Amino acid sequence: MKAVRNVFPCERARHLGTFVLLLFLACPAALFGHPRGGEALGFASGFQHPMSGLDHVLAMIAVGLWGAQLGSPAIWMLPVTFPMVMALGGMLGLMGLRLPGVEICIAVSAIVLGFAVLREARPKLWIAAIIVGFFAIFHGHAHGSELPPGADGLLYSVGFVIATGCLHATGIGIGVVHRWPIGRTSLRVAGAIVCLAGVAFLWRAIASGIA
Amino acid sequence: MMRTIFRLVSAVVVLLIAIPSPAHAHLTNTGLGPFYDGVAHLLLTLSDLLPIIALSLLAGLRGPRFGRVALFALPISCFGASLAGLFAASQWALPAASAAATIVLGALVAANTRVPLRVVAVLAILLGLLAGALNGIELVTAPASALAAIGVAAAPFVMVAILAGHVSSLRASWARIAVRVAGSWIAAVGLLMLGWAIRGT
Repeated sequence: MKAVRNVFPCERARHLGTFVLLLFLACPAALFGHPRGGEALGFASGFQHPMSGLDHVLAMIAVGLWGAQLGSPAIWMLPVTFPMVMALGGMLGLMGLRLPGVEICIAVSAIVLGFAVLREARPKLWIAAIIVGFFAIFHGHAHGSELPPGADGLLYSVGFVIATGCLHATGIGIGVVHRWPIGRTSLRVAGAIVCLAGVAFLWRAIASGIA
Repeated sequence: MMRTIFRLVSAVVVLLIAIPSPAHAHLTNTGLGPFYDGVAHLLLTLSDLLPIIALSLLAGLRGPRFGRVALFALPISCFGASLAGLFAASQWALPAASAAATIVLGALVAANTRVPLRVVAVLAILLGLLAGALNGIELVTAPASALAAIGVAAAPFVMVAILAGHVSSLRASWARIAVRVAGSWIAAVGLLMLGWAIRGT
């Protein structure tokens, strides 16, 4: 503030400066329309895709939470496993291979992962990795088969891998509270919420399948 | 029986990787001359850039000696191949080969594999040949010269110098794990690149 006063020693000059600044800010300019090309659309839609579905978001955050509960090396092993196996599922989707019950399996993933967080389950690392990897295939397949037309495929892929990693990191970040007793309870409550949401997703998936 | 299946699968994979497809040339005109056109062409081609990043991370994780080998092996082979590519008669691309390189190198980083020095050198040379040839072929329609080939080789030199140098200096375990996570992301993108290559779009 003192520096501003030094620049504008006089009160009137300060008002004038503010007025000119506001004038600049309010000045309208001609808009140069630049429709999003394949590249921008590809990365943006790839990044938004995992974030746009609550089922994906909850399942991936649950992976991070479970990893945080299990501690090292699972805390980083599970988030390393998930994107790689998910990409395998995405590749199957891109190749046009159909997997049965993708939406149902995504819903079941939220239930299983949420339940694991709720119970603070501690299976062997390879079993946890297989559970996470199995569901990752279905999440990846859903992403791989839903590329919007006109989008750049490679950047779409980069976008959704990064978004998935960010969701895991969010889960791990939240999971830091596991070191405190109240945090441990909170994580288990979060697991219960994910599990219940998974039941709702499963209900919706089955209902839409019947309809 | 298992050995026969393995050989069959390997043959199919090699065949898939070696299938050329028409190149979609995307000339990069920086307005700063052929050298910077070459630099920009490689840096803006994500499918070429990702395996180079993965190799840099791998060399960095293994230590400074490995980094030094990659620093010179990759750009030299890249320069030779891009020069050869500039004189290519037709344009073609090997999208599955780029994807395979990305998968292999990303997976090696993710698994923190203790690859020997010779293997890193061979990987760097093979990757340099691939990236150089693909970039050289695509630059053939531009007002290209040997300067463009030097530009194509300079880009990975800088990339390896920065990334491998930085990664080899990392001591904290969490930082090295972050590098391995980055490797898994690169491998994941490589798998999807392979999907795109097989799909043919």
